[in-house]
Amino acid sequence: MAPMHAFANPARFLRLARPLTAPLLVIGGLIAAAALWWGLFQAPAERLQGDSVRILFVHVPAAWLGMGGWTAIAVASIVELVWRHPLAGIGARAAAVPGAFFALLCLVTGSVWGRPAWGTWWVWDGRLTSMLVLFFLYLSYLALADAASKDGDGQSRIPAIFGLVGAVNIPIIHYSVLWWNSLHQPPSITLGKSEMAPEFLWVLLAATVGFSLLFGGVVLARMRMILANNQAEARLRRRAMEAVDA
Amino acid sequence: MREGLDHWPFVYAAYAMGVIGTVGLVAWSWWGMRRAEARRDRSREQ
Repeated sequence: MAPMHAFANPARFLRLARPLTAPLLVIGGLIAAAALWWGLFQAPAERLQGDSVRILFVHVPAAWLGMGGWTAIAVASIVELVWRHPLAGIGARAAAVPGAFFALLCLVTGSVWGRPAWGTWWVWDGRLTSMLVLFFLYLSYLALADAASKDGDGQSRIPAIFGLVGAVNIPIIHYSVLWWNSLHQPPSITLGKSEMAPEFLWVLLAATVGFSLLFGGVVLARMRMILANNQAEARLRRRAMEAVDA
Repeated sequence: MREGLDHWPFVYAAYAMGVIGTVGLVAWSWWGMRRAEARRDRSREQ
C-alpha cells in the first residue's frame, strides 16, 4: 500500500504527471496514427468481410477502452471507498469522459461496420445492448460526479458506489456473445491465443497501444484540470471567508 | 458481403469519426487543463 499512499499528496502526484502528460499524448498519437494509416492503406482486404474489416482498427481499441475506462473507475472507487485515497475519486472522474467517448465511438463504428457486414445498422442483441447500457452508465456517472462536486463539500461517496455497482456490466459485455445468440462474432483474441491473421493482429495491437497511451494522457490532463480547479476554488473560498471575518 | 455495397464509404466514415473525435477529446482536455492551471496560478498571485 505504501506506493499507493505516496501519491495521496497532490504535489507529489503532479511532479510525476507534469512530465508524463504531453509525451503520452504525442507518442500515443503517433503510434495510433501509424496503425490507422497502415490499417487503411496497407492491410489486405479480408476474404469474407472485404474492405469493411479495416473498421476493426478503430472499433476494437474503442471497445477495449470503453470497457477499460469503467474498470479503472471501479478500481479507483474501491480505493476511494476503502482507503479514502484523495486522488482516487479525481482519477475516476477524469477517466469517465474518455471512457464515455470510446464507448460511444465503439457503438457508432460498430453500427457503421454492421451495415455492410450484417446488412443492418443495429440489432438488440446482448453485446450491442450491454455496450449501449455501458454508455448510459457513463452519462449517469458523469451527472452524479458533477452534482457531487457542486453539492456540499465535494466529498460524496455516491459516485464511487455507483462506479462499483456499474462494474457488473463489464463481464456481461465480455461474455454476452457466449451466453446469448448474437450476430456479433465471439472473441478472436483470448489470453495466449489468437485466431486473427498476423497482418491484422499486429496492426490491431499497435492501434490498441496507441489509443491506450492517448487515453492515459487524457486522464492525466483531466486529473490536473480537476486538481487545479479545486485548488483555485479553495483559495477563493478561503479569501472570501477572510474578507467576511475582517 | 451483402447487397454488393461499396465498403469504402463505411470505412472512411468510421476512421473520420475515430480521428476527429479523438483529436477533439485530446484538444478539449489539454486546453481545459491549461486554462485551469492558469486560473490556479492567477489566484495564487492575487
